[in-house]
Amino acid sequence: MSAAEEVVAEGHQAVEAVPKRAMTLGTGTSLVVLAVLLIVPLFVKNFIIFQMTMLLIYGLAVLALNILTGGSGQFSLGQSAFYAVGAYTSAVLMEHANINYALTIPVSAAVCFGFGYLFGKPALRLSGVYLALATFALATAMPQLLKLNFLEHWTGGVQGLVVTKPDAPFGLPMSQDMWLYYFTLIVTIAIYIFSVNLLRSRSGRAFMAIRDNEIAASSMGVNVALYKTLAFGVSAAITGVAGSLGAIAVQFVAPDSYTITLAISLFLGMVVGGVGWLPGSFVGAAFIIFVPNMAESISKGLSGAVFGVLLFLVIYLVPHGARQVAILGQQLAGKLRKN
Amino acid sequence: MELFTNQVLAGIATGAIYACMALAVVMIYQAIDHLNFAQGEMAMFSTFISWQLMQWGVPYWAAFVITLAFSFVAGIAIERILFKPLAKAPVLTNVAGFIALFAIINSSAGLIWDFTIKQYPTPFGSAPFLGSQLISTHQAGMIGVTVLLLLGLYFFFQYTRIGLAMRAAASVPESARLVGINTSWMIALGWGMATAIGAIAGMLIAPVVFLEPNMMGGVLIYGFAAAVLGGLTSPFGAVVGGFLVGIFENLAGTYIPGVGNELKLPIALALIISVLVVKPAGLFGRHIVKRV
Repeated sequence: MSAAEEVVAEGHQAVEAVPKRAMTLGTGTSLVVLAVLLIVPLFVKNFIIFQMTMLLIYGLAVLALNILTGGSGQFSLGQSAFYAVGAYTSAVLMEHANINYALTIPVSAAVCFGFGYLFGKPALRLSGVYLALATFALATAMPQLLKLNFLEHWTGGVQGLVVTKPDAPFGLPMSQDMWLYYFTLIVTIAIYIFSVNLLRSRSGRAFMAIRDNEIAASSMGVNVALYKTLAFGVSAAITGVAGSLGAIAVQFVAPDSYTITLAISLFLGMVVGGVGWLPGSFVGAAFIIFVPNMAESISKGLSGAVFGVLLFLVIYLVPHGARQVAILGQQLAGKLRKN
Repeated sequence: MELFTNQVLAGIATGAIYACMALAVVMIYQAIDHLNFAQGEMAMFSTFISWQLMQWGVPYWAAFVITLAFSFVAGIAIERILFKPLAKAPVLTNVAGFIALFAIINSSAGLIWDFTIKQYPTPFGSAPFLGSQLISTHQAGMIGVTVLLLLGLYFFFQYTRIGLAMRAAASVPESARLVGINTSWMIALGWGMATAIGAIAGMLIAPVVFLEPNMMGGVLIYGFAAAVLGGLTSPFGAVVGGFLVGIFENLAGTYIPGVGNELKLPIALALIISVLVVKPAGLFGRHIVKRV
């Protein structure tokens, strides 16, 4: 048995294949994280605030995928498509219909829910690799769909659309970046709480039953078809919200921002963060935002290779991602306390 | 009518490439039950190797053969080093592994040969085939090479001991192991052959799509569509699916208004989804019954 094999085997023993409990952080840790998220922006430069905003946005998108895969056990390599639909919904509404940015977010959630639900309908019959394949094709096709001629009037074709960045409301003395950060933070917290409750609810248990054994779940009376499409719809809706926020933060939408590369990044974020562990989504988001930057600063075009190598290391050494690291850390701290 | 015949023949020519990709995908799927999302990138890398050899002055067919040998060995090495330790890991881990491989190969090709588009030579020339205006000699060559490859594979799997052993290892691994077949090495062999088949597809399509690190993106999606259409469990189906997808793509591009070049990838998507909805096992696939 090679060294790598042993590590994988140990990893499986150390942590359950899929988390049963401990889906979230403890109350104390959550409050600390929240305090940090609230206070830090007051003291840092605008660029860092922008990066923190993007971290929350990608974190939401990874969280959405986590609900789908960690919750109901379905794969998607096509999240970039839902992200794009959300981004374009907001951009088009804001630029063509002059609708307030905050109001476009529920609209894009609804649009993406519908889109995801409709895509999930045929996906019902697909499981495992087939679903991964269909969504992979969706992600590849999306940029071309956005470039279509007859949509050009609305979508701006290849050039894309420029989105205006909103000012802080009620005359609050804040820079645009800082306001957008706090706005994103509120949305993120709301969605995070919603997701935790969703996975703990009756529907969440139905998702997990399907994930663990579809046939057994259906024989226990779970409506597999309904819950699978529902998971797909919810995941798409949250990704769409992330897309909307992303469009507002970056102030620009264009077909080539939403390629398969984005879908792959989100998938990596989920694996790195730990499948089924919701706080891990934000760790994963940090990984997919900062690692490419660091790699690009060493050599241009290197980021893909660094991404790939790191991902292999993760799946060999810590197959359950950040969650496993957190648990190992906890155990270590426990041992230190005893001594 | 001439336009129609022309489009069908051109469809068969590109379909031959899709058939090769689909065949490569199906071979790995048969061996380890996972889709190789890095198949296209592996083929692209092989094509770059052959291009580099030709830049160094190696004649075309010598470069072709060396590249096949390189790809075969590289495929085996990838299986042994990267994917054998993942054999018992969950599906998700494997998908992540393929995605990682995809990123590594794509990015390294960009680092080594950069992202500019390169001309790739054709050994057949691009004159009209046998004086007819219907098809070029390169297209005829693509069809010819694919047919030879398919015949070769058919004889290998049907009439050689090792081909039989590979089929046994893929369909019933436990029983195969009991009769003394080294199933683990059969999987590696499957990887090697799939990589070599992918390399052939890459080298044949490169004169058409030009050589660059992202050249196989579209081709791989069509390869997947072909494999799904024919049935992921059937190599024969993959080949038929490849030709059908090639013909369908060309006819849709010509006759359905508004499709043209832009909508070609969405067509593959629509095809994949409609096949999976109507006939999930594909045209020639086996239907698998699951139990708890």
